[in-house]
Amino acid sequence: MNIFVLVKQVPDTETKVTPNAEKTYIDTTSIKWIMNPYDEFAVEQSLLIKSKIPDANVIIVRVGSTRDTEALRTAMAMGADEAILVDSSDNLDSFMISKALKGAIEKSGKKPDLILSGKQAIDDDCLQVPQILAQMLGLPSVTVVVGFELNGDQLILKREIEGGAQEIYQVNLPCVVACNKGLNTPRYASLPGIMKAKKKPLATYSLADVGVTDNDRKVKYSNFQLPPEKPPGKKFDALDETKIDSVVAEVVGLLRNEAKII
Amino acid sequence: MANILIFTETSKESVKSVTLEILGKLKGHSLDVACFTELSETALSDLKKFGAKNIFKLNATGIEKYSPEGHANALKEFIKTKSYDYVFSGATSLTKDLLPRVSVSLDTGMISDVVEVNFEGDVFKGKRPLFAGKCLATVEFTGAKPGFVTIRPNALGLSDSTSAGEAKLEQVSVNKGEVKAEVKEVIKGKSEKLDLTEASIIVSGGRAMKNSENFKVLQELAEVIGATVGASRAAVDSGYADPSMQVGQTGKTVSPSLYIACGISGAIQHLAGMRTSKIIVAINTDPEAPIFSKADYGIVGDLFKVVPALVKEFKKLLNK
Repeated sequence: MNIFVLVKQVPDTETKVTPNAEKTYIDTTSIKWIMNPYDEFAVEQSLLIKSKIPDANVIIVRVGSTRDTEALRTAMAMGADEAILVDSSDNLDSFMISKALKGAIEKSGKKPDLILSGKQAIDDDCLQVPQILAQMLGLPSVTVVVGFELNGDQLILKREIEGGAQEIYQVNLPCVVACNKGLNTPRYASLPGIMKAKKKPLATYSLADVGVTDNDRKVKYSNFQLPPEKPPGKKFDALDETKIDSVVAEVVGLLRNEAKII
Repeated sequence: MANILIFTETSKESVKSVTLEILGKLKGHSLDVACFTELSETALSDLKKFGAKNIFKLNATGIEKYSPEGHANALKEFIKTKSYDYVFSGATSLTKDLLPRVSVSLDTGMISDVVEVNFEGDVFKGKRPLFAGKCLATVEFTGAKPGFVTIRPNALGLSDSTSAGEAKLEQVSVNKGEVKAEVKEVIKGKSEKLDLTEASIIVSGGRAMKNSENFKVLQELAEVIGATVGASRAAVDSGYADPSMQVGQTGKTVSPSLYIACGISGAIQHLAGMRTSKIIVAINTDPEAPIFSKADYGIVGDLFKVVPALVKEFKKLLNK
């Protein structure tokens, strides 16, 4: 059984981001990179399957810059068997990333039985790649998955929709599953795991190797900028309990008369 | 004048409010609407008022519940019979899943979660947040038509000046095609409230809530002002709130008109997820908490005393 897990490497959530001088992307010089947090649920799910189906082979695939291989090494240290990196610039659109992933999976020569990913990457927040890749491969896909049950070739999946409601899907392998927080609790990489990861195979392909050119671009980004700063607001002291009622009355009054929203 | 299709969903008797935001913003272009669900008289008159030209009710058997493949096949089949420059929609739970599938099956591009819409002549140029709003960028299409655009609810606002359209209703038969992933059942959520991503008022609790039981304090406030309750990552990771309630870079990015942050210190990843809220009220005992730097109205105090006082005051104001 071949399980492909798609991971992306993104700036740490505590990182401040600023546009680069050309405004074509963010300044990447002093960023701490981590595995996209939603992808950790996908890696964990693959390892949970592997613990029940020992001959399952977990292959991590990432499209992105070679400047740091943190995400791939983390995934292998958690227990994945091998990894593929498609070397690319940071500014591919969702279509190009999906096409590169498809090319990399095909080039690996292994037929995917299951493809897992996070529901979204927290850098471009597009929520597109799992669905686009599935369509390209002619596979069914279910996104925002918070429940996962594999019986033989059949999957029962819970997809979270609005207001915490859920849709229950039944689907046969092979398919693409995009994972959400709440699905499982990702394990930490152990020290022996980290040592072992260094010896695990990591293949590197170029975009040309996987058949992606600049003609595949469908969306163009420019003029990266910081959001406008808000002017400082009003602050009221209500630590002294006798002031609470008057402060609250004032704030509620401001919400109605100044902000005009209540 | 661009030829635009707006895909809409309905919620109770009305079309989703974001649809009307889009129609108002795109005034001056040729605007058609497509929908899979029944449209009430209210929905139809709203669409007319906001300038819809043709309204296509898409009918297919076997997709009464949402079917990712079935809806994608049916919508693709319909769009192929027309020649739209763009397909717009609100960024909702359904369209986030659906539209990437439709766009790739037409070999076109999609731009998610746009917060600012501009046109240069007939050519769309928008702005969208990245890194959960820590950055914004200009986006445009380079590929074939139609380009797919989803709009973040509440980002454009409802336009005051509208010009009515013909609103000609047409029934269209479409096919669901091959469906491999089948929805067996839909389990209702605990709350009937609007989803966080669409809510116009949000009351959120952080680590200072101390336990899940205490979220009742926020529920009570939410009830009075018609809000949806959210939570910070700290509150979710401590088990005080469900992951579906999480606001922030690793949860939901929201832009309500009013965001009330209770006992939330304001980690950078939380601020990123709610900074586009129009008005932010923060309640925290620590006067140095970073949340106050983003708050329009900050109350330094104990949320367990301040929130009940807010409930009382809002009840008075709203005659409840």
